[in-house]
Amino acid sequence: MTPADAVAGTQRREPNHGMRIFLIWLPIALAADLIIWFVWGPHMPPGDMSSSARSQQFDINVMAVMAAPVMAFVLTYGVYALVVWRHRAGDEEDGPPIHGNTRIAVTWISVTSAIVLGLAVFGTVELVAPAGAGAGEGNTPIWKPGGGAALQVQVIAQQWRFTYRYPQFGGFETTSLVLPVGENVQFDVTSLDVVHSFWAYQLGVKADANPGVNNVAFTKPEHTGAIQVRCAELCGLWHADMTTVGTVVSTPAFSSWAASTRVQLAALTRNLPPYSLTYDPNSVSQLGKAFQQAGLTGAGGGYYGPQYPVQP
Amino acid sequence: MSLPARVAALTVAFLAVAGGVIFVVAHYLLGGPPTVDFAASGGQVSVVMQTDASSDPSAVPDHPTWVSYFIKSPVTGDWVHTTLFQVPAHTQVHMTILGYDGSTPVRNQIWGQVSGTIGDVAYYGGAPVRTVSGWNGPYLIQHTFAIPGLNLNVPVEAGPGTCSTGPCTNKAHSTTTFSFETPAQTGSYRWQCFVPCGLSYLDGNGGPMQTIGYMMGNMQVVSS
Repeated sequence: MTPADAVAGTQRREPNHGMRIFLIWLPIALAADLIIWFVWGPHMPPGDMSSSARSQQFDINVMAVMAAPVMAFVLTYGVYALVVWRHRAGDEEDGPPIHGNTRIAVTWISVTSAIVLGLAVFGTVELVAPAGAGAGEGNTPIWKPGGGAALQVQVIAQQWRFTYRYPQFGGFETTSLVLPVGENVQFDVTSLDVVHSFWAYQLGVKADANPGVNNVAFTKPEHTGAIQVRCAELCGLWHADMTTVGTVVSTPAFSSWAASTRVQLAALTRNLPPYSLTYDPNSVSQLGKAFQQAGLTGAGGGYYGPQYPVQP
Repeated sequence: MSLPARVAALTVAFLAVAGGVIFVVAHYLLGGPPTVDFAASGGQVSVVMQTDASSDPSAVPDHPTWVSYFIKSPVTGDWVHTTLFQVPAHTQVHMTILGYDGSTPVRNQIWGQVSGTIGDVAYYGGAPVRTVSGWNGPYLIQHTFAIPGLNLNVPVEAGPGTCSTGPCTNKAHSTTTFSFETPAQTGSYRWQCFVPCGLSYLDGNGGPMQTIGYMMGNMQVVSS
């Protein structure tokens, strides 16, 4: 480049690239956010079947609305750079030296910090406000729903099926998950063997099922319908098949179901161990004695032993 | 190294890797237990199985010490070491399970409840049974036959003793019978035992409990 060219170059009037990028980005970001919130949003997983699911859907929509402008800016800038600042044939000129730009740096750090800190606060509030957001809170939950006592449903995982006990209805145990609409539900999740995870997708509930541990999760079904339940923790050969379908029904229908099931399973309930938040079917110290008492001759591991007398 | 030597070494290495891959794929695709096909007659089929505490090494060379199911071939009458069987859709299956294993209670007593069978009942030696306690009798059980996809569960009565040379034919055994309808929907329905009966494995959950051909399998439902 000759000195004359350099002088000519410095005298060339550069367009306001920042403004141009902004004006391209703004309608794209606005359109993306409007589409996400009003068109895509109502269909975002996991739906709005329960309080926790609705809360999660709201969170995902907010995150998407926040993320879309950022992504649109990155793409807009990239495409603009490719189009406007691409190398052209015969142009051997070096780019101008960069000396930093305090205004851009401050703006960048401020905006990204505000986004990250804002989302941190938002996420914390969204975890607390809907009573744990449907996640397992351990055996001493910090966040509980208001509005009186919740329906207790114990989820018992075993390879490879979930079963459910209803302690407020005599403690019967069934393979069916039936819940009333409009009532708070407290899931007490545990396991009899390995680690599973109870994932009631439409309810927005996911809680690990650990042997010897009670993991509590709350939700409130707000619509009737079917619930897909699946295990979300690799738990053995048939993990992928550890699925069931539950239902949310009206309160009268639930009461009727619970009453009839309680009667129907009365004989089975008498054989169950007393209701407990956890069970220890692996008491090896009891095993030999139990096998002797029962005259057992077969193979096996640990089971509900004599320490769990039958119910009256 | 000369060029021919390098080509030869490369060829040998390639063949070794390819051979290994083919062996592994063939082992998994072709090495599994066979499927016993039950054809319907008048909309009904009869399936006969047996359970054994352990097996004759000549019948089950891989794991003769494992507890296992066997299925009786409807064609030859031979006992086949498998847990895969095929039945027509929308067909009544009459199941007979001969119990040659001793008693082991269920880990969760819900599996002592008969469900999903016709009339929600099973028969121990002809006597109707709906709920069995694994601990308190009057019946003792050894395994369960459960198809979760059909909500079917049947506790299998314990045998009077154990047979350690399965498949067994000339020893005392229990007889558990029940019937159920296959669904109209064709496909693969897994079945399993819910009694953790993998002796010497942690909590009884390993070995035969995790291996097709022993305490779990598939019921393939095909068009009738």
